[in-house]
Amino acid sequence: MTEVAVFSPDAYPRISRKFRLQWEDAQQAWVLLYPEGMVKLNQSAGEILQRCDGTRSTLDIVADLEQAFATTGLLSDVQAFLGMARQQHWIEA
Amino acid sequence: MSAQHASPASPASSLTPPGPPLWLLAEVTYRCPLHCVFCYNPVDFAHTPDELSTDDWLRVLREARAAGSVQCGFSGGEPLLRDDLEVLVAEAHRLGFYTNLLTSGVGLTEARARALKDAGLDHIQLSFQDSTRELNDFLSHTRTFDLKQKVAAIIKDNGWPMVMNCVIHRLNIDYIDHIIDMAVELDAEYLELANSQYYSWALLNRDQLLPSREQIERAERVTNERRQRYGDRIRIFFVVPDYYETRPKKCMNGWGNVFLTVTPDGTALPCHTARMLPGLSFPNVRDMDVRSIWSDSEGFNRYRGDGWMKEPCRTCPEKEKDLGGCRCQAFMLTGDPAAADPVCDKSPSHHKVLEAVDRAQRGEPLLREMPLVFRGPEESRRRPKLHGKPIAQDQDAAQAR
Repeated sequence: MTEVAVFSPDAYPRISRKFRLQWEDAQQAWVLLYPEGMVKLNQSAGEILQRCDGTRSTLDIVADLEQAFATTGLLSDVQAFLGMARQQHWIEA
Repeated sequence: MSAQHASPASPASSLTPPGPPLWLLAEVTYRCPLHCVFCYNPVDFAHTPDELSTDDWLRVLREARAAGSVQCGFSGGEPLLRDDLEVLVAEAHRLGFYTNLLTSGVGLTEARARALKDAGLDHIQLSFQDSTRELNDFLSHTRTFDLKQKVAAIIKDNGWPMVMNCVIHRLNIDYIDHIIDMAVELDAEYLELANSQYYSWALLNRDQLLPSREQIERAERVTNERRQRYGDRIRIFFVVPDYYETRPKKCMNGWGNVFLTVTPDGTALPCHTARMLPGLSFPNVRDMDVRSIWSDSEGFNRYRGDGWMKEPCRTCPEKEKDLGGCRCQAFMLTGDPAAADPVCDKSPSHHKVLEAVDRAQRGEPLLREMPLVFRGPEESRRRPKLHGKPIAQDQDAAQAR
C-alpha cells in the first residue's frame, strides 16, 4: 500500500470524467459508473462525492456536511476519503 | 464482457428476494460480419426466429431500468448491424443507464459515431483478435485489422473511454506483449485479455485453442511486466482460463444475481449461454415483463442460491465462494446442469478437464488434420438445433480427425 498524500483543504475536487455519479433508487445508494462497471457507495461516501462539483473547496464541503448533519470535526475524515478517491481516479482536483 | 466490477450483492438464497438485475446485456442481433472461432453465440444461432422490433427493445429498456438495471451493454452479433441502434442508445441514455457498445468496429463510420455520441453513448468496447493483421484476419476470417485501427481513432476522437478486448488462446497468447503494446498505442483506457472460455464455437475448437500451462505462465509474467512499465496509462485485466484452475469461477457472480441477458429473439437468460441447459424454459420478453422474469420465472430461480446443489457442492465449505461454478460448463462436460463444475478438483468429472489440458500440454495440434470451425450462418444451419443437448465436441473432433 503506497502512502496517500494528504488531500489539500484548499483543493476544488470534482468527479473525474472517467466516472459518472448518480443516485440509484433501486439500490438506495449513490453509485459511480464507468465502462462496464459500478462502485456502490456507502452513505458518507455518497454525501461527500455529490458535493464534489469543482465549485466547492474541501473546506466548503466539510462546512456543508457539518451543517447538514449537525456535527463538527469532519475535516480529517473527509480529507482521508478524498485522498483515497483521488488515488482511485474517482475525482480530480 | 464482464460483470466483475459490479458491486457484488450478497449471494441470493432461495428465501431472500434477489437484488436488482444491475447488468442488462441487450444482444440485439446474432448477425455478424466476423466468423470468430471462439464466439460464444450459440452454435445453432441461425435457427433463431425473428429479432425483436425497435418497440420491443424500447419496452425492454424501460422495464429493465424500472427493475433497477443500471449498466446496459449493446452486444450481438454485431450490434451496429441494427439501424435502430441510435434510437435504442438514446432511450437507454434518457432512462439513466450507463450505455456500453460492444463491437467489432465493423460499421462504425464517423457519421455513425457522431450519431451515437449525440444519442448519449457512454463507452465503446472494441474487440481485436490479435495485434498482427495476419492473425487477426485469420482468426476472424475477415479483413478487418486496418479498419479496427481506424475505428479506434474514431472512438478516441469522440472522447469515449475505450476498452479493448482481445480473446486470448493458444494461437495468439505468445504475442500478448504486442497486443498490450498496441492497446497502449491506440490509447485504450482498459485492456481485457480474456482467455477463451470453452462454450459454443470455442468448445468446437477447444483442442486448437486451449493454451499450454507454460504459455499461460509466460503470458501472465509478460502482462505483469507490462503493467509495471505502463503504470496508470492503462488498466489490464488478465482472465485466466478456468481449465487451469482447481476451483471454478463464481459464474456471472451468481445465477440470477446481477446479470440479465436478452437475446435477439427476446429470450431472457441469466447468462449468455444458459439457453443450452435442458429441462428449463426461459421466459421471453414478448410474453412477460422484466421484473416478473427476474423475480418469478422458473428459469431465473432454478439455480439461484445453493438450494439446488448436489454433492460434492452441497456440503462443501467453499460453496458460497463459487456457488458450484458454471451451470453450462457442468452440463457440457457431465450432461448434468446441477453437477459441480468439473473445473473443481472435487468434481468426480474433473478428469474431463484434465484430459483436455493434457492434450494441450502434448503439443501443437495439426490444423490440417483438425480444421478450425469458423462461426457463420451456413455452418450454423448445417448443425442441428441444440436446445437441451450438449455440443458433441469430442465426436466432432473425432470426425474431423
